[in-house]
Amino acid sequence: MASSPLVNRYGHEHGEPVDHREHRHPAHQFDTMEQQKESSTLGMWLFLVTEIMFFGGLFTAYLVYRTMYPAAFAAASSTLNVPLGALNTAVLICSSLTMAMAIRSAQVNRRGGILVFLLLTMALGSTFLVVKGFEYHDKFVEHHVPGPSFNFVLESSHEIAATRAQDPLYQRHAEIFFSLYFIMTGIHATHMIIGLGILAVLLFYSGRGKFDSEYYNPLEMTGLYWHFVDIVWIFLFPLLYLLGAHTH
Amino acid sequence: MSEHYVAPVSLYVKVFVALLIGTGLTVAASYFNFGVFNNFIAMTIAVIKASLVLFFFMDLRHSTRMTILTAAAGFFWLVLMLCMIMMDYWSRNAIVLPVPGK
Repeated sequence: MASSPLVNRYGHEHGEPVDHREHRHPAHQFDTMEQQKESSTLGMWLFLVTEIMFFGGLFTAYLVYRTMYPAAFAAASSTLNVPLGALNTAVLICSSLTMAMAIRSAQVNRRGGILVFLLLTMALGSTFLVVKGFEYHDKFVEHHVPGPSFNFVLESSHEIAATRAQDPLYQRHAEIFFSLYFIMTGIHATHMIIGLGILAVLLFYSGRGKFDSEYYNPLEMTGLYWHFVDIVWIFLFPLLYLLGAHTH
Repeated sequence: MSEHYVAPVSLYVKVFVALLIGTGLTVAASYFNFGVFNNFIAMTIAVIKASLVLFFFMDLRHSTRMTILTAAAGFFWLVLMLCMIMMDYWSRNAIVLPVPGK
C-alpha cells in the first residue's frame, strides 16, 4: 500500500475507504502521529496569530474613532437590532459546541457522529449568515449603508440629540461607525463562508471514512479556525450592538 | 497525555451553557447605565467568554507550551498595539505648548 503512487501524504490511498483497524502512519517528515498533530496545531495557531493581527487592526481603528466620536457611535449603534445580534451570538456558540462535538466523535471513533455534527455546524453557520443578511437588508432600507445615499435620521426623545443629528459632521461620524460595522461584520461573514467551504470538504472526506480516533487533524484544525471566528464575534457583538443600548 | 484525552460531553455542554449565560448578561448589562463601567463590564464578560472558548473548545489547556506561547504572543501583541496607539490619541491634545511672546 505504501508504494502505491496513489498514496497521499497522509499515508492512505485515494478513493478507498480506510480500514481503521490498521495503524495510521504519519507523513514521511514526521516521526510519530503525535508529532504530526503538534506541528499542525502550532502551524494553525501561527495562522490564527496573523488573523488576530488582521482583525486587531480593525478593532484598533474602531477604538480610535469611538474615542473621538463617542456620541455619534452610541447613537449609530443604537439603530442595530440587538435581539437579532444576540440570536446570532447564540447560534455561533451553538455551532462551536457542535464543532467540538464533531471532533469528539472522531476521538471516540463515531463516524456517524462526525457527519451529523458537521452537518449541524454547517446548518448553524448558514443560519448565522441568513440572519446577518436580513440585518444588512434593514440597513440598506434605512439608508445606513455608507455611500452617496447615506442618511442617518436619529429617532430620539432627546431634543439635543435630535438637533445634533442634523449636523453634517455628526452624520459623517455616524457614517464612520457604519463603515466599521460593515467592514468588520462583512469580513467576519467572509470568514464564516470560507469556514462553511472547509466544512463541506470535511463532510465529503468524513463520508468516505477518512477520519477516526488515530487521525482527525483536519477536523481539529478546522475546529480551531471555527472557534476563532466565534471569538471574533464574541467581541464584535458588544462593541457594535450594545454600545448605545442604555441611551434609549 | 493529550493524545488520549477525550473531554466528556458534559464539560462541553457546561462551557456552552456558560457562554450563553455570558451572552445574556452582556445584553442585560448594556441596558443599564453604569457610566464608564459599561465598557468595562462588556469587555470583561467578552474576555471570560473568549477564554472559555480558547481553553475548552480550542483545547489550549492540553496544547504544548509552544502552542500556548504562540497564542499568548498573538494576544500580547494585539494589546500592545491597542495600548501604544491609544497612548498617542488620548494624549495628543493634552499638552498645551506655551506660545512665544505671550
